[in-house]
Amino acid sequence: MANVVHIMERYEPGSGLKKALSQSRQDVIRTVRESGIKGRGGAGFPTAVKWNLCAVVQSEKKFIVCNADEGEPGTFKDRLLLAERTDALFDGITIGGYAIGAKLGIIYLRAEYTYMRPGLEAKLAERRTSGLLGTSILGSGCNFDIEVRMGAGAYVCGEETALIQSLEGNRGEPRNRPPYPVNTGLVGAPTSVNNVETLIACAHILAKGPEWFRKFGTEASTGTKLLSISGDCKKPGVYEVPWGISLADVIDLCGGEGAKAVQVGGASGRTVPAAQFRRKLGFEDLATGGSIIIIGPERDLLDVAENFLDFFVEESCGQCTPCREGNPKLLEGVQLLKHGKCSIGYLRELQGLGRTMQAASKCGLGQSSANAFLDITEHFRSEILGRVSERGQGSGAREQGRAS
Amino acid sequence: MLATERESLRHEIAELAEKFEHKRDGMMPMLETIQEKYRCVSDFAMQEVARQLGVFPTEVYGVVSFYSFLSTEPKGKFVIRLCRTLSCDFAGKREVARQLENELGIRFGETTKDRLFSLEYCNCLGMCDNGPALLVNNDVYTRVHPELVSDILEKYRRMFGPASQLEEMEAHHA
Amino acid sequence: MPEKKHPNKVAVTSAVPTSEKPHVVTGGKPGDIGGLVSVKIDDIELKVPFGTTILEAAKTAGIRIPTLCYHEDLCLAGVCRICVVEVAKQRTLQTSCTFPITEPITVTTTSQRVRQARRHVLDLLLAKHYGECYSCFRNNNCELQALAKEYGVDFFRFGHVEKPKYEVDRSSYSVVRDMNKCVLCRRCVRTCIDLQSVGVLTAAQRSDRTRIETFLDRPLADVICINCGQCINRCPTGALRAKDPSDEIWAAIDDPKKHVVMQTAPSPRAAIGEEFGLEPGTSVTQEMNTAIRRAGFDMVFDTNTTADLTILEEGTELLHRLYKALVQGEKGILPQFTSCSPGWVKFIEHFYPEFLPCLSTCKSPQQMFGALIKTYYAQKQGIDPADIVSVSLMPCSAKKFEANRPEMHASGYKDVDYGLTTREMAQMIKEAGIDLTRLPKSHFDLPFGDASGAGLIFGATGGVMEAAIRTVVEVVTGLKAEQVFSDANVIPVRGFEGIKYMEIAIPQLGPVPALFNSLIKKGKLGATWDWLKGATLKIAVAHGTANARKLMDDIKAGGKFSQCHFIEVMACPGGCLGGGGQPIPTSPSIRAARAKAIYGEDMGLALRKSHENPHVIKLYEEFLTDGPCGEQSHKYLHTHYTPRGDYLV
Repeated sequence: MANVVHIMERYEPGSGLKKALSQSRQDVIRTVRESGIKGRGGAGFPTAVKWNLCAVVQSEKKFIVCNADEGEPGTFKDRLLLAERTDALFDGITIGGYAIGAKLGIIYLRAEYTYMRPGLEAKLAERRTSGLLGTSILGSGCNFDIEVRMGAGAYVCGEETALIQSLEGNRGEPRNRPPYPVNTGLVGAPTSVNNVETLIACAHILAKGPEWFRKFGTEASTGTKLLSISGDCKKPGVYEVPWGISLADVIDLCGGEGAKAVQVGGASGRTVPAAQFRRKLGFEDLATGGSIIIIGPERDLLDVAENFLDFFVEESCGQCTPCREGNPKLLEGVQLLKHGKCSIGYLRELQGLGRTMQAASKCGLGQSSANAFLDITEHFRSEILGRVSERGQGSGAREQGRAS
Repeated sequence: MLATERESLRHEIAELAEKFEHKRDGMMPMLETIQEKYRCVSDFAMQEVARQLGVFPTEVYGVVSFYSFLSTEPKGKFVIRLCRTLSCDFAGKREVARQLENELGIRFGETTKDRLFSLEYCNCLGMCDNGPALLVNNDVYTRVHPELVSDILEKYRRMFGPASQLEEMEAHHA
Repeated sequence: MPEKKHPNKVAVTSAVPTSEKPHVVTGGKPGDIGGLVSVKIDDIELKVPFGTTILEAAKTAGIRIPTLCYHEDLCLAGVCRICVVEVAKQRTLQTSCTFPITEPITVTTTSQRVRQARRHVLDLLLAKHYGECYSCFRNNNCELQALAKEYGVDFFRFGHVEKPKYEVDRSSYSVVRDMNKCVLCRRCVRTCIDLQSVGVLTAAQRSDRTRIETFLDRPLADVICINCGQCINRCPTGALRAKDPSDEIWAAIDDPKKHVVMQTAPSPRAAIGEEFGLEPGTSVTQEMNTAIRRAGFDMVFDTNTTADLTILEEGTELLHRLYKALVQGEKGILPQFTSCSPGWVKFIEHFYPEFLPCLSTCKSPQQMFGALIKTYYAQKQGIDPADIVSVSLMPCSAKKFEANRPEMHASGYKDVDYGLTTREMAQMIKEAGIDLTRLPKSHFDLPFGDASGAGLIFGATGGVMEAAIRTVVEVVTGLKAEQVFSDANVIPVRGFEGIKYMEIAIPQLGPVPALFNSLIKKGKLGATWDWLKGATLKIAVAHGTANARKLMDDIKAGGKFSQCHFIEVMACPGGCLGGGGQPIPTSPSIRAARAKAIYGEDMGLALRKSHENPHVIKLYEEFLTDGPCGEQSHKYLHTHYTPRGDYLV
């Protein structure tokens, strides 16, 4: 278990925040920059760069938004963090708010986590009485507060511009960029949208210093990463590991021996075949928001692809052509494959379509929804080709009934 | 809907709008509140929200129809949302789904005649390490297996005794 | 309860965030804002103003990038993804219509990846589109069809819709919606919300179930639609069209008992040539007359005649309202709003019913004409009005609804039987085997021909106002309009600015013309103009109902426009020449060309003022004998309105 660390467990409430408030905004951003931390949501944008872009814009109004719309299939670390690491989280939001010059932080909590709202609200109230929120926090003269706002059941709202659209009372349809939220975000004001885990890490970084953070991980991927591990393994759960860990080691950790593939990064991530288990987690190779699904030897990878595509068809915002129309075509293709009715020529067309979706979709959802399909059809050809229809398990029909 | 109920809903929406200063960014919390209380955002409610926020009713409809937790038609008193994600699938979601359909006598996407239960799939509930998982309104159930399904349903049926069931049916027919 | 805010004033509309309007870009190097940025597109280097989109820059470099959801009149969407290009250092393809150039960049508009992506986008759209091209009114004028040809689509790679999936919504008198052909570009939604501020349409649901819907997907006739048809003009496919009455009209033409008369509005003649391949702005009035006759109509009349009549009625009504307000102190009757535009009339009935007392009671020229055809004209010609089929050629889809208003039966019959759009007329002409461009010229038939240039310019925004000013100024001051305005052209009310404003000081007062004698007798007008001494007439002009909403909100708030005496509103951007029944496509430059044609024709006419139209004068002598706004004219030429409100039960 040498690979498991617990650096983000113990946190003295207010400690990072106190340090931050004793420094200038620029110094806070410098500290974060020196830590090398990149966004934990999956895209890996350097947090300090984001904060700085936001900080340099002159604006009366600015916002920091904590993206707690944890919707990526197979991810559950935020659920744990929101329940058990609230002090560090709220510190992190406040630090970020201070750094960019925002007066208000917003936690965008997914509707599926509504049951966590009372706990968060209680904690916020507690912080207001203890001077960690509100006017002149910790006597610094800085005003800052945090609000909880709810999602209403849309995976795409995890995309930052869709999240902002939702906060503004719109359909959760991603916006064109540029302009970027750091410039023109919530109600047109500069807005920094950060992942729960990122903000918690930032609180730790401020409390313990950037050098401490850099001790973990690799050059390009500093620090640790929380993994949500599930699927065909003996010990599913949330693990904190340093970046750079290999998939083989991850499988060891959770007892997933014999896996034939690992889904890294959830439905929108990559399907890594056993032959590539030496690959390492990190921004150098396999970037991930932390979802790890172990796929055991008995599983049908077309079932996996079908499950994901079914999900993406439903969760596409319906705005742009490649994603709205492309995902159903890929899903149909998987069903054809299952029934042994897909020609190699048509499969090639669908793979081309998948690449178009990656290149031409409007947002990250459409740009990544074909990943699993492309990986599975590339790495598991002998498994998926030439089936006879009896082998097709499951109904093959799309699961109806959501958002009726 | 009775005229008096309309009036009170109108009043309620006006108060909500006041709270959010009649700004459009108050729309989501307003819709969520209405959905929670009335189990839907009715055509009347959408128009009232539009009026209060200075937007077109169609825009509110566009929003309501976008999100899976909002609906224009009344949902059951208890909305059962079964996680459809891969990990729950691996853990036996299909069997649970079949059992739910059998117990309730409805398909996914439908509501029981007594308007007690609605059955839906939902996106990952973040319980992948404890699947299969489902939500009944805001209660989470993990490691659900077909045996457990009828116990869970029974619990909610009992919360909603025969007397109140009658009331519910009357309200429905009115 | 707050004032209803116009959604455009809210930071963001659901269709497209305001942050995505063209050129709204912040950031970049501050020094660059307002300056020029260099860009390299396919090896062509050029400098463009900061914030120019790649699409605009490419256009100036002569490079064509295909578009579908983009429309010059609308805010940006970036949803169809057909206009994607490679931008150096960007991982993914970028939509050229939305990408602002704020720093030097290198763009490649055609590459294997780009071609593949565009082809896939088309393949996907075609797989969902019910492409029954032969039977589609947009055949040969369809953007999807054109793109399929441009990109060499040779088979339906991802399938094809064999059977229509959705029922066609034919509930409206004006607009037909066929969602089987919709490609979800959302131009109609943006038109309806941003351009027209009506908000009938929205993108509803999500995923592959996403559709353009009305409120709760109700039939168009049951929701708040003003029938302006602007959505039709901007739809790239045949998903939206006007309700076509040409079969019924052909049947009437073929029936020897029927006397089929046509009245033609001023705008179609300035645009119908486009349907025959002529450049926008080619006026073909007299060729069109010949074509209509050859198609089988018994008479071709000029709606401009009743436009002139409208000026006399509406001008008189204005003077009467001014008299009541200024002399008798009556409140709530000014500003007087024009009522020619049926889209605008329905707009005010829905959204500002409290202002209906200010709306001129004059019918539109179409309906005045309809009432006269089956009365005055029928009597004169000795034709049984029951045998008359009265057709109007209009640039407008809302005219169809207007003709079907239950109150429009002044003659005892349906005053106007069919409203025909410019597009539908062109279709009928083609169907009759007539090449409009090679026809001899011919005049309108009398007694409804030889109308004034004032009636003609009704087709452009500001035209009704200009026509009214020409007449009112002469009637009140005794001067010639040319003495007040150079060439009698009232330039400040022309052009495409959203809301135009003008003040006209009355320089002197003349004698009250004899035409008003009966009004004076009834005490509705003074015997002299003395009460107008030193007065300044304040007027405003708005086009496009989003501008109308701004204007109305200003009036409600007691702003500058509440002080106006007379306001012209046209529902369609550009006025009637940009109407929902005009040839497709539409753009600012096309509308400008049509306006130029209309004003050019006006300048060429000897008769340029409504009150000088001899046929109108004769009409008052023979039929409307108690003068403008008299009892006869009230019976035939005036109407009432329905406060509709904006609530759906």
